[in-house]
Amino acid sequence: MTVELTAAPTRPPSKTSRRAGTAARQHIMGWAFVGPFAIVFLALLVAPLLYALYLSLFQNQLIGGERFVLFDNYLKAFTDPDFLDGAWFVIRFSVILIPIQMAISLAMALVLDVVTTAFARFSRLMIFLPYAIPAVIGALMWGFLYSKNFGPLAEIFGALGATAPDLLSRELVFFGLLNIVIWQWAGYYMIILFAALQGIDPTLYEAARIDGANQWQITLRIKIPLIMPALVLILVFALIGTLQFFNEPQILRYLAAGAIPSDYTPNMYAYQQAFALANYNYGSAISFALGAVVFVCVYIFLFATRKRGSFLS
Amino acid sequence: MTTAPLARRGRASRHLPLQILLGFLLVYFLIPFWWVIVNSSKDAAGLFGGGSALWFAGEVDYLGNLIDLFSYDGGIYLRWLLNSTLYAVVGGVGATVLAVAAGYGFAKFRFGGRRIGFSVLLGSVMVPTTALVIPTFIMFSELGLTNTIWAVILPTLLNPFGVYLMHIYARDAVPDELLDAARVDGAGELRTFAQVALPMLRPAIVTVLLLSIVSSWNNYFLPLAMLSDNRLYPVTVGIGQWQGIASANNAGGTSLWSIIILGSLVSVIPLVIAFLTLQKYWQGGLAIGSLK
Repeated sequence: MTVELTAAPTRPPSKTSRRAGTAARQHIMGWAFVGPFAIVFLALLVAPLLYALYLSLFQNQLIGGERFVLFDNYLKAFTDPDFLDGAWFVIRFSVILIPIQMAISLAMALVLDVVTTAFARFSRLMIFLPYAIPAVIGALMWGFLYSKNFGPLAEIFGALGATAPDLLSRELVFFGLLNIVIWQWAGYYMIILFAALQGIDPTLYEAARIDGANQWQITLRIKIPLIMPALVLILVFALIGTLQFFNEPQILRYLAAGAIPSDYTPNMYAYQQAFALANYNYGSAISFALGAVVFVCVYIFLFATRKRGSFLS
Repeated sequence: MTTAPLARRGRASRHLPLQILLGFLLVYFLIPFWWVIVNSSKDAAGLFGGGSALWFAGEVDYLGNLIDLFSYDGGIYLRWLLNSTLYAVVGGVGATVLAVAAGYGFAKFRFGGRRIGFSVLLGSVMVPTTALVIPTFIMFSELGLTNTIWAVILPTLLNPFGVYLMHIYARDAVPDELLDAARVDGAGELRTFAQVALPMLRPAIVTVLLLSIVSSWNNYFLPLAMLSDNRLYPVTVGIGQWQGIASANNAGGTSLWSIIILGSLVSVIPLVIAFLTLQKYWQGGLAIGSLK
């Protein structure tokens, strides 16, 4: 409460805190509302993270049981070729995926902001639909489409006189996965951008037109700058999402015999270590390292773009 | 100026080339659905028989496949659907209740620890949830909670992004003056919240609820790690397991493929319906996080 009293003058005087005697009540009621979530937060986010950190500092020996090893697990991870390969895959994947993903979502949102026919409204809904599909089912559906046994690719390419690419092969599965993720998420990002575009005051366009601006200039100078916070938001979602890649490769693994090893991404490697090999300490170290790296990357990114985005403010 | 939105809507908004482009995009986004709809009508012979993969085979047998799907392995598929529903409804509603209360609390009360609490919350949005699965599993296994429904439901209750969305929306859409007026009239905090604030928060509540339900219906990694009894599986993990079995015994598993395909189709119907019927709510609601 003393904290509250000393901190109060730094904020513009809020109307709710004007009345006498409200400070104590504000304090109690605030915690009453936030408290239940805070308990869940402590139990299911803070506790597991601390626990992962704790576990990651030990190693389970065949003889002698648990042994405190400090950062040995992390040193091991960052020199473990299996882990590094997975990390490298995820980095390459993000670098290629995210620009394509954002360009497609932005282009679709801009088109749908301009075209206002019933067909456009219908398309908007259908483009969004894959978001409602579980990642597992989405990966399965595309796995079927890629399949040489019952997919249509051979048929379509055959009609054009070409051989179909095998998107489940070791060489091309990267693109197979890329396509699945774009299909699944582009519509969701498009809707976020579209909603932001709809929030722009149309009188701005009128004013620009009177000043002689054409559609391109309006798009580049007004629309895109004004939806920057939304673009930052979807970039953050895409970063968080791809760095923790798990579901799609895990599912496609069965269909793409041999093309996707069980340590394909860091998350799959952690899963394999923890559940197939019962090496919980090492699995925890990888999980924690992954979480920490994502957190730091995203935080640096948001900090660098904080003038544009509103997320941290 | 007041007619500006109308004028904008009425003016040349047809843009034929752009509509053709949309048409191509539509084909891309719908083709997996089309494939699944067509191919769930086929039996193993139709699937592997070399007919067109994008058109119906000679025999269209949805009913037969549906009967196969719901009777396979003692009708376990229906159980998976019910499990998914239970996890999504209890987890999703619970997460929403917590998020609405916390978001409102952060937005409308000045309490000690609020600033730090909110910063921690924002930071936590960036922690990948999959990084929590393994430590949560180990923690739960020490508490004897693994392989129970709680192992799936409890972690679903955590939705920091939902709290963030509610905070922004409550801050902007619920005027302090109105809350003060209710208080002056003698309403307690709970009553003010329930009767004044809640109705104004409805679009955000629907959005957070829908997003929570979707993420828990679509959950795969968490239940995969937590559950070993296949009668507790949600439909995602169940179908994943079938697919593993069918892929493992290439020839012997052919009959399983037709129920996997139909099972995939049936499992997406509830969410597709939810999205289509609630679209006027979520389309506006998703803008919350992206605007100032």
